[in-house]
Amino acid sequence: MQYLTERKRAEGMGAGGQGTHHHWQMMVSSAALVILVPLFVITFANGLGGTYEEVLAYYSRPFPAIVTGLTLVVVIIHLMREAQVAIEDYVHGVAEKLTLMAVTAFSYTLIAAGLFALVKLAL
Amino acid sequence: MVQLTLPKNSRITTGKTWPKPEGATNVRKFQIYRWNPDDGQNPRVDTYFVDMDECGPMVLDALIKIKNEIDPTLTFRRSCREGICGSCAMNIDGINTLACIYGMDEIKGDVKIYPLPHMPVVKDLIPDLNHFYAQHASIMPWLETKTNRPAKEWKQSIEDRKKLDGLYECVMCASCSTSCPSYWWNGDRYLGPAALLHAYRWIIDSRDEATGERLDELEDPFKLYRCHTIMNCAKTCPKGLNPAKAIAEIKKMMVERTV
Repeated sequence: MQYLTERKRAEGMGAGGQGTHHHWQMMVSSAALVILVPLFVITFANGLGGTYEEVLAYYSRPFPAIVTGLTLVVVIIHLMREAQVAIEDYVHGVAEKLTLMAVTAFSYTLIAAGLFALVKLAL
Repeated sequence: MVQLTLPKNSRITTGKTWPKPEGATNVRKFQIYRWNPDDGQNPRVDTYFVDMDECGPMVLDALIKIKNEIDPTLTFRRSCREGICGSCAMNIDGINTLACIYGMDEIKGDVKIYPLPHMPVVKDLIPDLNHFYAQHASIMPWLETKTNRPAKEWKQSIEDRKKLDGLYECVMCASCSTSCPSYWWNGDRYLGPAALLHAYRWIIDSRDEATGERLDELEDPFKLYRCHTIMNCAKTCPKGLNPAKAIAEIKKMMVERTV
């Protein structure tokens, strides 16, 4: 038990001086996804059903490859930031820090793996 | 960490059922949360029956009747009885509201009354609001000026005064903050809708000269940005205010001064 005043508890360590950047980045990526997701669905649907060679040829074209790459990066970064908020909401203490690190590492690994696969298809 | 179950000593048990009033034909059943810190017992829900022909129309009328005529140990806050003081905020029929302006005709079936959710209980229907009030104090709910005080008064145009409508009416009853899941999980760091609505009220006051400092104080992932626009605050506010909109306006100002 700590004999802290309520005001001391409410003030805590003061303002962290950040938060707006994260909020703005979420707005930007949300707006980007409004355009990217329909484009991705259309391009992905166009490539479906082809033979291996046809799909390779399809993804060696710049438009489907760039749309897929952008969607992959923006979706995963958006997801990572949203997961960060959810973790901050529900997990606290050391577990919070470890979970945040794990989610960040997983997200960047996913981006790297996705881009590697895409580059292999495209080139 | 989020707790999804109550601790053992907070689990609610069935309490006493008080007798029905004799000779009454229009009787209504009330189920009311009771907890006494002095008896070492778990919280319980007591059942009361009130003769509606002898009772006023509001939930607070029934509570006062129960306290006066049935069980004087029932404890709750109340003062103005007209929705101005904010004292009698409680959870009625699943909604955080003021008992004095919530009509019993709005409730179907039994009337279930609990204290405001997710706050420490002092006794029965009285929550501990010390932290809530301290958070309100932390946003500096007063006019901050740097210019020398004018001879008569700080002037404000009619248009600028109008911007405070929908904000100044807040009576700090805590219905909004205690209905907010973000406040439930992170109430120690998140200021909650009531304090943020008051913060915005002073941020947009044309006479206030500490706008930048006020925004600086809110620039924090927890103090402000735990609001996920769930909108429970706007839905439950017994005064019909919209704290979620005020919070969104603060976020817009934050972006405006950064981007």
